Amino acid sequence: MNSASVPFDSAVIPQGVKRCQFKWFLFWIAVLHGPLLVGVIAAIMCWGLALNVTYLNNNYPFGLWIAADLGVIALGGGAFFTGFLRYIVKIDDLKNIVNYAVVIGVMCYASALGILGVDIGQPLRGWFIFWHANVHSMLTEVAFCITCYFMVLCIEYLPLLLENRQVNKLGFFHGMAHHLHEAMPTIAAVGVFLSFFHQGSLGGVPGVLYGRPFAYREGFLVWPWTFFLFILSAIACGPCFTILITWITEKCARKRLVKRNVIDILARISGRLLAVYVILKTLDTVYWISVAGKAGAPLGSFYANQPYGYWVLITELGILGVIPAIILLSAKARQNENVLIIACILNCAGIFMNRWIMTVQSLAVPVMSFDKFISYHPNWVEFASTLMFVWVGAIVIMLSYRYLPIFPQEKELNPS
Amino acid sequence: MFPFAFEWVPEATRYVFMGSLYAVLITLVIILHYCAIRAFLDLICKKKEHNH
Repeated sequence: MNSASVPFDSAVIPQGVKRCQFKWFLFWIAVLHGPLLVGVIAAIMCWGLALNVTYLNNNYPFGLWIAADLGVIALGGGAFFTGFLRYIVKIDDLKNIVNYAVVIGVMCYASALGILGVDIGQPLRGWFIFWHANVHSMLTEVAFCITCYFMVLCIEYLPLLLENRQVNKLGFFHGMAHHLHEAMPTIAAVGVFLSFFHQGSLGGVPGVLYGRPFAYREGFLVWPWTFFLFILSAIACGPCFTILITWITEKCARKRLVKRNVIDILARISGRLLAVYVILKTLDTVYWISVAGKAGAPLGSFYANQPYGYWVLITELGILGVIPAIILLSAKARQNENVLIIACILNCAGIFMNRWIMTVQSLAVPVMSFDKFISYHPNWVEFASTLMFVWVGAIVIMLSYRYLPIFPQEKELNPS
Repeated sequence: MFPFAFEWVPEATRYVFMGSLYAVLITLVIILHYCAIRAFLDLICKKKEHNH
């Protein structure tokens, strides 16, 4: 049985492209539903039995969920930054990957909102943050911006849905998709505005904690330096995550979907931004060490608690910062696909590690003489409910790839 | 949150914050409606041309 023998399936697959057999597609969708179901059970446990089913406690109010939240939001930064480069800077070649960046962005932000829905414990009160907005809180700004930006991403995703082979036959939807494409620069500009502030404010949250010398930073006006570092790190790693997911998709589909020059543009821009980020982050760290030391919090005290030894600093800045930056800056290294993908993995892992350090480690370091360091590791409920969104994301990407015209160069690269 | 149930505190940050939120939401609503109306008008024009 091939896709052509299942009429309802082949009728909605984009014209002129090949997809796997329908039975295999259903098989992999079913396989992904296994771990997804475990995640659903974990989420129901959190809502039904409250958060004491997790290992979160008063020492660790921010655990895996918040670190993962900040991580996926940074990785989803590829959507707004690719949109910015395509529609505002007008790098025309990026039109061949911007659709996929949007799909990845939708999934990242849906995951972030979903994780928050589990994390707040009582989702029925989730609307409180909007209704009783504390405008002085950076987290309120983050909540507003993430929600609005998710709407922007859904609007950016809408023309892709409307361009489905069957949907596009209807005149109204065809016209709607066309006009949405025309309006895309304005939508992208709104997305850039929202992303700039919520990516930054996520960094601002630890940066304003003056009772936590590990996290606190001085800054510019109301924004601590971490505000700007978070924006820079998000735009440096977002394109790498887009490259990484595109590569995984190509491996699964066993065909090339995007030309090398398009990938190279993203990798080059990402490398330059990452290099700037690593330099500024190093300067910030050196300045922070001197200031915190004078304030009575020597460097050794931050790395005295296992497992958070000095290796954390070396890994974050060196292995997951400097190495991918050097690889991405070298044109020769970028040409080697395996090396490029290793750089992308290191870059994305570095962002996750940075978010973990800023939200989990920085709050765990004892600051009072009577405080004791307590270790934290997430339990299966936290892991399952977080990974649930990875499986949902994989399913949405599989559906989008199969039924929507996401890759404009696919036909050219794979002539039938 | 909504203007009819808004806590009207005379504070600049509040107006900037909520003002930006409403500016974004209104922009998105206008864009969606503009695209839908244009698509609808295109459809009517095409039908008229087809009839002629």
